[in-house]
Amino acid sequence: MGVIYVGPKDDYGYNQAHAEAAKALKAMSGVEVTEEERVPETNAVEKTMESMINLDGATLLLPTSFGYYNPYLLSEAKKNPKIQFRHCGGLWTDKDPKNAGSYFGYIAQGQYLNGITAAYASKSKKIGFVAAKPIPQVLNNINAFLLGAQSVDPNITCQVIFTGEWSLAVKEAEATNALIDGGADVVTCHVDSPKVVVETAARRGAFVCGYHVDQSPLAPQKYLTGAEWNWLPIYKSFAEAMLAGKVPEHFVRGGLSDGYVKMSPYGPGVSDAARKNADAVKAEMLKGGFQIIKGPLKDNAGKEILPSGKAYAEKAVELESTNYLVSGVKGSV
Amino acid sequence: MSDGLGIWTVLLAVVGGAIRVSTPFLFVSLGETITERSGRINLGLEGTLVFGAMSAYATAVMSGSPWAGVAVAGLAGGAFGLLHGYVCQLPRVNDVAIGIALMLFGSGLAFFLGKPFIQPSAPPLPAIPFGFWSDLPQVQAALRVNVLFLVGAALSVFLWWAFRNTKAGLIVRVAGDSADAARAMGYDVDRIRLYATGAGGVLAGIGGAYLSLYYPGSWNEGISSGQGLMAVALVIFARWNPLACFGAALLFGGAGALGPALQSVGVSQGYYLYYAAPYVLTLALLILTSSPNRALAGAPGELSLSK
Repeated sequence: MGVIYVGPKDDYGYNQAHAEAAKALKAMSGVEVTEEERVPETNAVEKTMESMINLDGATLLLPTSFGYYNPYLLSEAKKNPKIQFRHCGGLWTDKDPKNAGSYFGYIAQGQYLNGITAAYASKSKKIGFVAAKPIPQVLNNINAFLLGAQSVDPNITCQVIFTGEWSLAVKEAEATNALIDGGADVVTCHVDSPKVVVETAARRGAFVCGYHVDQSPLAPQKYLTGAEWNWLPIYKSFAEAMLAGKVPEHFVRGGLSDGYVKMSPYGPGVSDAARKNADAVKAEMLKGGFQIIKGPLKDNAGKEILPSGKAYAEKAVELESTNYLVSGVKGSV
Repeated sequence: MSDGLGIWTVLLAVVGGAIRVSTPFLFVSLGETITERSGRINLGLEGTLVFGAMSAYATAVMSGSPWAGVAVAGLAGGAFGLLHGYVCQLPRVNDVAIGIALMLFGSGLAFFLGKPFIQPSAPPLPAIPFGFWSDLPQVQAALRVNVLFLVGAALSVFLWWAFRNTKAGLIVRVAGDSADAARAMGYDVDRIRLYATGAGGVLAGIGGAYLSLYYPGSWNEGISSGQGLMAVALVIFARWNPLACFGAALLFGGAGALGPALQSVGVSQGYYLYYAAPYVLTLALLILTSSPNRALAGAPGELSLSK
């Protein structure tokens, strides 16, 4: 099988989370893993896929970046009907080629828990979010971060700054500074490599919640907790299906309760009350079906998202087309 | 927003951003000014910048001293500059093409050697808190000035003075304006350009050290995002004048901070346009200051641009 990354695989972030799972897979007997890093979201990824298929003999491809899907993965899937493609990011529908599929984790649950610890740590009652691009997965995380914080204190607001790209070190540092200048004292992010955001925030004395993998070594005093991926169960199930001669699942989704998402250990800045609250909510989430987006809920332009009594549980497909920021988030899509 | 600071937050962020972001622009453009004044263009400074960032970070991680990192970055940058200068003096070699080759080579080598250093944290360069008089944390943060920024500012004044008032400055300018005149005076033009390109490389390497050791203060492969190339363009924009380089670097740094700062006060529509501000600014200023009737004012006569 072939795994394709958009950045370096030790970036303290998104790519590292995938690479850790791929590394663990190499130990499985009968599985051979080839990897390629720093493949841009252009037709370069098609060339990478073709060389993995034709030169390395890969039969299952896992292109992990959002922008690989359309049109690159789709055209390769049509060209190579015998090869299985599973894309991380969640765009596959049953109208798409049958040898393609998608997988993703509901990491917004982790951001909700981040938000709870952030609410206890924040004195200014302003928290901040450095976001890359306004796609549904990012918006879900922003919403969950604030809703988690508001579950503790309904007056908390969250400022969001979009950098426009997955990895732009200087802009991420500027965005973090701007958030803290604006009064935010807990910051989290959704960019490919949170290293710059975590280090910049800690240097400015703000608390920080991690994302993708555990960044606590970068800011041991200021790191509260973090939402981490755990792709291994998904990759293992794909590999086992392939070894058994079956077609791997087309549509894989899961959150904390499925083991696809996990939390970093709490840092020293998390109070006992915060710990207790977050642990209780986490226990709820582990049962499955936890609802983050629930009515009555308005977006930050005052439009109603959900009326009272309705809610989207973690596996609701509606969450994959989120195009709003909830009330209390400062920023626009 | 932000407790009544409002629009001041934006201004403050732009000033702070100008100070934080401008240093790499400043060093690379000063280095390129020396090189171009001697009559050559070194487009490879983007690669030098990235390699400088990597070597500084790696050295600081291993030795624990950020200043050792700066020194190594300067040496490595100088080596790249000398390589460019040496290859260019061979017959029928085009300096622009070599520059592009060295840009790719420098980045590639930095990515290759820098793999093991993406993870570790390096000690950052110290900063001087000029904002101590203010109670506002925003002001204090904006006025935390890195030593390298001050060095760069002093250097731009020094270079401006040196180009006019020293023998070395005159020799570099002669080599850049008329190689024949320099030869008639008995100077070895190739050697002058070799040293000038080497000096330019040293400065670009130090600019890279600032990127990885101070702001944003981390090594990864996207650290420069084209700042080295923009700085080369900035030299033309600054008309080969070191003082103007300083102003232009500040302008670019400040314009880069505008987008995030505006979002933080609630101006969140069209942030892609604000992010394009530095480039729009360059275009606008170049168009405004251009003339169909004369060549670029201040351009060294031997430059392949103006020939």
